[in-house]
This record gives sequence, structure tokens and C-alpha cells, in this order.
Amino acid sequence: MEQEQFVLSVIVQNRAGVLTRVSGLFSRRGFNIDSLTVGETENPEFSRMTIMATGDDYIKDQIVKQLGKLHEVRKIQLMEPENTVTRELMLIKVDAMNGHRAEIMEAVHVFRAKAVDFTPKSIGIEITGEASKLNAFIEYVRPFGIIEMCRTGVTAIGRGGSCLATGE
Amino acid sequence: MKMPGAQIIVETLISQGVTTVFGYPGGQVLNIYDELYKASDRIRHVITAHEQGAAHAADGYARSTGKVGVVIATSGPGASNLVTGIATAYLDSTPMVAITGNVPLPLIGRDSFQEVDIAGITMPITKHNYIVKDVNVLEDTIREAFQIAKSGRPGPVLIDVPKDVQIARCDYVQGGEVPADPFQSPADEELMQAAKMIASSKRPFIYSGGGIVSADASKELLSFADRIDAPIGTSMMGLSAVAHDYPGFLGMTGMHGRYAASKAMAGADLIIAVGTRFSDRATGNKDEFAKKAQVLHIDIDPAEIGKNIPAQKSLIGNIKDILARLCALLSPQTHEAWKAQVETMRAYEKENQEVFLGLSPQYVIQAANRILGDDILVATDVGQHQMWTAQYYPFSKPRSFITSGGLGTMGFGMGAAVGSCMANGAKRTVLFTGDGSFHMNLNEMSTAVANRLPLVIVVMNNGVLGMVRQWQTLFYGQRYSNTTLDRQTDFVKLAEAFGAKGIRVTNQTEVDAAYREAMETPGPVLIDCVIHPDEKVLPMIPPGGTIDDIMLK
Repeated sequence: MEQEQFVLSVIVQNRAGVLTRVSGLFSRRGFNIDSLTVGETENPEFSRMTIMATGDDYIKDQIVKQLGKLHEVRKIQLMEPENTVTRELMLIKVDAMNGHRAEIMEAVHVFRAKAVDFTPKSIGIEITGEASKLNAFIEYVRPFGIIEMCRTGVTAIGRGGSCLATGE
Repeated sequence: MKMPGAQIIVETLISQGVTTVFGYPGGQVLNIYDELYKASDRIRHVITAHEQGAAHAADGYARSTGKVGVVIATSGPGASNLVTGIATAYLDSTPMVAITGNVPLPLIGRDSFQEVDIAGITMPITKHNYIVKDVNVLEDTIREAFQIAKSGRPGPVLIDVPKDVQIARCDYVQGGEVPADPFQSPADEELMQAAKMIASSKRPFIYSGGGIVSADASKELLSFADRIDAPIGTSMMGLSAVAHDYPGFLGMTGMHGRYAASKAMAGADLIIAVGTRFSDRATGNKDEFAKKAQVLHIDIDPAEIGKNIPAQKSLIGNIKDILARLCALLSPQTHEAWKAQVETMRAYEKENQEVFLGLSPQYVIQAANRILGDDILVATDVGQHQMWTAQYYPFSKPRSFITSGGLGTMGFGMGAAVGSCMANGAKRTVLFTGDGSFHMNLNEMSTAVANRLPLVIVVMNNGVLGMVRQWQTLFYGQRYSNTTLDRQTDFVKLAEAFGAKGIRVTNQTEVDAAYREAMETPGPVLIDCVIHPDEKVLPMIPPGGTIDDIMLK
């Protein structure tokens, strides 16, 4: 069956160990997580996880159903790409010793990124956007030398006035 | 009224209708045991020889009654010894609450004496688990644990209580027994669609599982089967739900299932799977499994739909309710041609029965029923003796078959037999075990003797690990790696050493006499049954095979 990447938003009770339960479920059932982010919501009792995973329809179905059996999971939604805003933040440090400083800064402007650290040796850059934009940025600066980078993983929210937690 | 946490634990257990708990004391549960001592006129605690035995006993208690089984263990090794028992309960969906002590909160995470992260360890083998860090939420936590254990698809829940939380005091107001969550019910339209599917089938086959037992839905299942005129095959977990002499009952399907049951399932045009999860032991090669059939899957757990075998139609909810509603929607069906076909399969099965080399396990198993009567419980360990029991014992009452299906836990039997026997007012319980399995947890003989339980322990003694040996014979070129046990255990003397009676039997007359003697004897009796090491469990569909690969004799 065809593999595709998908995004799940999951409302969980804000309790110790809930992240372990969710990630443990993925490893136990042999599901791969591409990225997982978690943070607080408008209601302090709940946290919201955004899970990006890859799999066929069977995997997708099983992930949703098995997550649904966890006691602390309150709501799960498979996010439709066309009705979802997804964002990711990346911090990336590019080598500035090879005479490409100007080109790097040009990329920062074109990609609407931000230089957050500027030293004779390197430029630290903050960039936000969809995962594909971040990937494109990485590919552009790779020849200049990437010293290190880190990504937050994808977070997602549905378009329009609806609220996942309350279903309104 | 203010009470310490330990007392809250005991009072809440009592409020949940718990009359018997199994366990083993230790440093971090001393306070709970002190409260159990004070409440001993209202709740009985049974000490086993090992925490694993206590967990299996709580499991047996739950399986044989449908009530939530409770086990208590101390921190560290006490808690980790429960793990196999909890996993066994999880795989067979048994409602259980395990309570463990832990080191006081300030010592947690410092590798303190007898500290283990039991919540972390048991996360994948419980429906849910807790570490209670505040005495004020202790009662609610225990109540919620009971609710989770018995709601929906039942399962084990663990509560880890640090010692200082057991000592801390708070107000306690006793509440009543928590009910199970209400179940979801499929819409009428869904049921109509399913009924249509059933009505248009020419060769329907009902494949029922442990869900029928746990939902107490035997009656509804049989009415449904009568209504649609379909034969029934069961998974091992579903065995006791259908009486052996029900006309349409074909027995267990799957790897060691009966020929007619597996053959009819393969030939059906509609498989109505009820309360079962299509385990690989039941289906064999999934890609070839019942290719001609459509599948209507009825279960309480939505995650089981399509997990192992795709279903064309599914109904989610309480199967007792669904079967009754389906029955009401359907006019009586008849399938004479299909029934005739199934009868041919049965006749073929009869002609091709397994022939045993020595004292026949079939004889030993059926003699227990003939002599001890129908009103007994049957427990097993895991291996050949278990499959023979599943194949040959004439079950007639739901919850009378206590066996480890999903996890296949050797060593399950002794604890489980103790637990189910005690849960049913010391009802006579036969444990069929093998010399391999029995060696694993025979220490629980001491528990059976201490409680003077009427257990009849039938050790099918062939001196080998028979099931593994069977695979070595068939698939590993008869290279008997570590399955020939050169042990010199004298089971008769062993039984006597524990304070029980031991009888050795080598032929049918002695088997009958031994069962009669067991009936006359108060307390446990061990019957050492000498079986030929080359006996096989047949029929057998080799792993990954289909009905076409079945070995009959």
C-alpha cells in the first residue's frame, strides 16, 4: 500500500508520563514517528501533541485507533493538509569563513529568515515555515557548510473557527 | 474521617466488592498489610509462594468470575515479579488491579533499596497505570482503576503507591462500587446492513472468541446461531462459552483446532467474527485466510477491526447487546446444503482422529469430566497438555476454562487454579499441566495445601518439553535441543513433601482410580500421568500454513 506522510493533532491530559505513553505506543506497535511536538493549550488541563508520521492507510488507521485507547488521550484528529496550517522552527548555524557571508545573508532575506547570531566564524539563523521551506533553505546553504542545526518538529492547527479541544 | 493512605486503599478495595486479594508482603507495603490485618474479617488476603503466582491467582479469580482480580506486591522485585502475570492478563483482556508499594517519594529516582520503576515497566502491558503522589487523590485513583479495568475491553491496571503516601492521612468518605462505563451502541442502520449481509449468505460461519465469555453472551450467541442456522467455531479463549454438545459446535479453529472447524471456516462465504481478534495462531497465513469469505467483525474494541484481518463490515459495542439486536432483525434462516457439507467435514474428522502411542491424553482429560463431573473448573498451563485440553475437554459452562491464550505463559496454571478455585467457594478445580510448565511454578503447591484447596493437579509427564519437541520433530530435523529433560523429580514424593497427596498412573484403570481417590481426599492431589514423549498435538496447521497444509495423524 502507498506510504504517505500525515499529521495528527492529539489532545491529551496534561499529566506526567503522557508523552512516554504516546511515544511508547508508537515504538511498541512498530509505527515510525517523523516528528512529535507537545505543548500547553488554552486550557492548562490539556496538552496538545502534533505528530507527523509516515505510513499506509492501515498504519494510519491503527495509529488513530490505538491512540484512542490510551486513557489520557482525549481527542485525535487526522489533519487534512488543505485545511491545516503547519509550521516548524529551525535554528541553523552556517559556516561564514569560506567567503560566502553575503550569499548566506541574501538567502536569509529571500527566505524571510532572521540572523540571530553573527560572529566572524559563523551565522546563526532562525527560520520558520512549512517543513518544505526549511528543507529548501537547508539545501541552499549546505554547500557553504552547516556547522549544526536543530528543528522543533512540526506543529499544526486547523483553519477556520473550529477548536479541536471543544469540538466547536 | 481522616485515615492513612494504607487504610484508604483497603477500604476502597472493600467498597469495590473485593472479598479476596492475593499478594505478598514486604517493606514498602507493610502499612497496607497492617490495615489488611485489621480488616481481615471483611477482606481475605491469600499469600502465595511468589508474586507471580499471586498475579496469576488474581487473574484466575477474575477469569472464573468476571470480577476484578486484585494483587498486591511490595516495591522492586515484588513489583517486577508481577510483570508476567500482568502481561498474561493484558493479552487475554482480564480485569485486574495490581497495587504495588514503592519507596517514599523523596527516595524515588535515587536507585534506593528495592526501587524499580514499575509504572514505566508495565506501561505497555496495562490499560493504564498510576504513580500516586498525593494521598488526597488515592481513593479516586483506585476507583478510576477499577472502572478502567472493567470497562469496554477489560484489562489490567497498576497503581504504584509510595510508602509515605500510604502513611499520609486525609479525609475519606466511602463511595459505592464504580460501574463500568456505558458502552457505545451501533446505529440501527448499521445493524440492518449487517443483517442484510447475513441474510444473503449461503454458507455463514460464526467464529467466536473470548469476548463472548467476558460479555456473558453465551445465550445470545446460541440464539443467534440458531436463528441464522450457522455452525460455530471458536478461538481457544472462546471455548467455554459454547457447550460441547451444542449441535452446531465444531470446536476450536486454528493451528491445533479441529479439522471440521478450520475447514468450515475456510469454506464459508461469510465469517461472523464475534469478540475475537484473529490471532495468528487462529488464522495461519493471513493472506490465504478464508479468501472466499466476507468478514463481519463484531467487537467492543474498535482497534481490533482490520488489525489482523480486514473486515467488510464491523459493529462496535457490547456483543451481548449487538447479538440480541441482530437476532431480532433476522428472520430464521436455513442452510441445508451448507450443513450437509459441514457434516461431511465432521465425518472426515471422525475417521481421521489422532491415534496415541501410550496412555492417551484424550482419555486422561475426558476421564476427569466423567468422574469429577461437570461442575468443576479446568485450568491449564501452556503446551501440548493445554492443546489437548482445548481439543478434548467437554466444556459446558462459560468461565470454566482458565488458560493463558495470548501470552502463552508456562507456569500460569498453578496460580490460576488457586485463584479460580478460591473465587468460587473452593470449587473443585482440575489443573492439566505438563512436567515442563509445572516445574516453573510448582511452589504454589504450598498455597494450595495451606488453603486446603480441592485441586486435582494432573501432570502430563513425558520427560520432555513436548510442544517444542513436536516442532523440533516436524521442522528442525529431530534435533532435540534442550527439550529432553533429564530430571529426576519424583512428583509423588514432591506432592507429599508439600503436604499433598501424590498418585502415579500409567494406564487407564489407574487414571480412573486416581480421580476417584482425589474426590475422596480433602486438599490437593497430584496425579503424575506418564505420557509417551513422542505424542503429538494433532491436527496441526503449520505456522503460516492454510487448511490445505493440515496434518491429521
